[in-house]
Amino acid sequence: MTATVLPGTPRRPSTVRLGLHRATIELKGFFRERDAVAFTFAMPAVILALLGSIFEGVHPGSDVTSAQYLAPSMIAAGVASTTFVNLGTGIAADRDDGTLRRLRGAPMPPSAYFIGKILMALVVTVGETVLLLGIAVVAFDLSLPTDPVRWLTFGWVFLLGATACALTGIAASNLAGSARSAGAVMNLPYLVLAFISGVFYTPVGQLPQPLLTVGSVFPLKWMAQGFRSVFLPDSILTQEVVLSWEHGRIALVLAAWCVGGTVLCLTTFRWQGRRFR
Amino acid sequence: MTETPTVRVRGLRKTYGDTVAVAGLDLDVGAGEVVALLGPNGAGKTTTIEILEGHRHRDAGEVSVLGHDPNRADLDWRARIGIVTQDSGDLGELTVWESVSHFARYYPRPRDPAQVIELVGLTGKATTRVRTLSGGQRRRLDVALGIVGRPRLLFLDEPTTGFDPRARRRFWDLIRQLAGAGGCTILLSTHYLQEAEALADRVAVIAGGRIVADATPAALVGRATARTVVRWADGRQETDDPAALIATLTSRYGGAVPDLTVSRPSLEDVYLDLIGDVS
Repeated sequence: MTATVLPGTPRRPSTVRLGLHRATIELKGFFRERDAVAFTFAMPAVILALLGSIFEGVHPGSDVTSAQYLAPSMIAAGVASTTFVNLGTGIAADRDDGTLRRLRGAPMPPSAYFIGKILMALVVTVGETVLLLGIAVVAFDLSLPTDPVRWLTFGWVFLLGATACALTGIAASNLAGSARSAGAVMNLPYLVLAFISGVFYTPVGQLPQPLLTVGSVFPLKWMAQGFRSVFLPDSILTQEVVLSWEHGRIALVLAAWCVGGTVLCLTTFRWQGRRFR
Repeated sequence: MTETPTVRVRGLRKTYGDTVAVAGLDLDVGAGEVVALLGPNGAGKTTTIEILEGHRHRDAGEVSVLGHDPNRADLDWRARIGIVTQDSGDLGELTVWESVSHFARYYPRPRDPAQVIELVGLTGKATTRVRTLSGGQRRRLDVALGIVGRPRLLFLDEPTTGFDPRARRRFWDLIRQLAGAGGCTILLSTHYLQEAEALADRVAVIAGGRIVADATPAALVGRATARTVVRWADGRQETDDPAALIATLTSRYGGAVPDLTVSRPSLEDVYLDLIGDVS
């Protein structure tokens, strides 16, 4: 392609810069909707607090309590909630209220929209994670690791996991016919995945094999496992499916979902609502 | 200046299932022209405009907008058109200022957001959240977002539906400003005859998915004078020359003609006649 830019002809701003501007606008829009903010943050936090108080006992062969075992998995579920569910419902709303149509009418590179959405979700997810960690530390005596290697693990599991779930959420927004149905449409797969990924049903090794197999296909199971490897001692490994944290496999599965999610977004994304078919 | 029209449409067709929305439509819009697409609800106005905007695919026909096929147009083409659609509900939590200055960023040579906000008369509302604007203010914001990129061609889809008469007049002034000093080519759809007459250099009457008349507002009314109707106590006659008929009648009655009325069909009559032929 030959770009014929005449001297003095202003060029359109770059995709990355526009993506950053989109992220600012998305964040403003998100945080100003008070009730949505409250419930988005509260949902995983309330589940952690409730299940953490109900589950009792200490896992054999370790000093990890049931609530402490739940906490890292719940952080993974929180990440899925503020990325997958949040973006899926948010984009269905954008499709319904004319946001996407207006953006499509402006000279905006489509990827700027996706960058903005993913950055917005990442910021919200960081907030959610801090909240959940706070509850786990204060209410359930979870001790934060001091080893920087563990925090490094936390960093890449978080980034890969959140990005994979965000991309999948963007793609899954197509499943919702309208903004009104989006909440129900996004929450069913989320809750089922949280269950078969061993988040609500602990420890994960106790799940029936068929459910475990299905759960292992999706990113949530691996993200939860990665977070457990950060916050729990290795003495808890006996409760896992295999006797290893499988970091290599976690990275592989999450990265594969990032790639697959990107392809899904680019190939199946609908800019227009059902009215336009 | 070359005489390539800004918009050129030939034989445009679009069907939804069994419903034919656009049935072989031809339309030209010249550079700098303000053209009104006038027609009743369901005539195919919005479908046509959405196809020209590149928001919808056509079934058949040739379409060229600013020299490009809207279906294959790129972002540089998008930067040169402005779109004001019907019933938008987005941007709710942002302020007027945030919305306009955000959209300005997408364009290579945007207007100053503050000036655009002033132009549409929303300066007093600049820091107001969009969801709290009235219907008319929201529409003016839509126009602000449509023109902030300095478009060469502006699409306005039924811009004043639901406006009160005063708001409509103010809106017309704004459109005239854009077309006049702004030098912007405008294609607007409306089902208000008065609006077409007030704003457009040319009115294309659309009915049943076709253009049934395409002329200046004056020429459309001119067409009506050919069919002036003269009524009196004992009769009724359509004529091109009402004065001559009345003179004849006066001499026949030897003075005043009983119950004489002369009615020149209004633009509305012509319009209703035109769209009545189809629907």
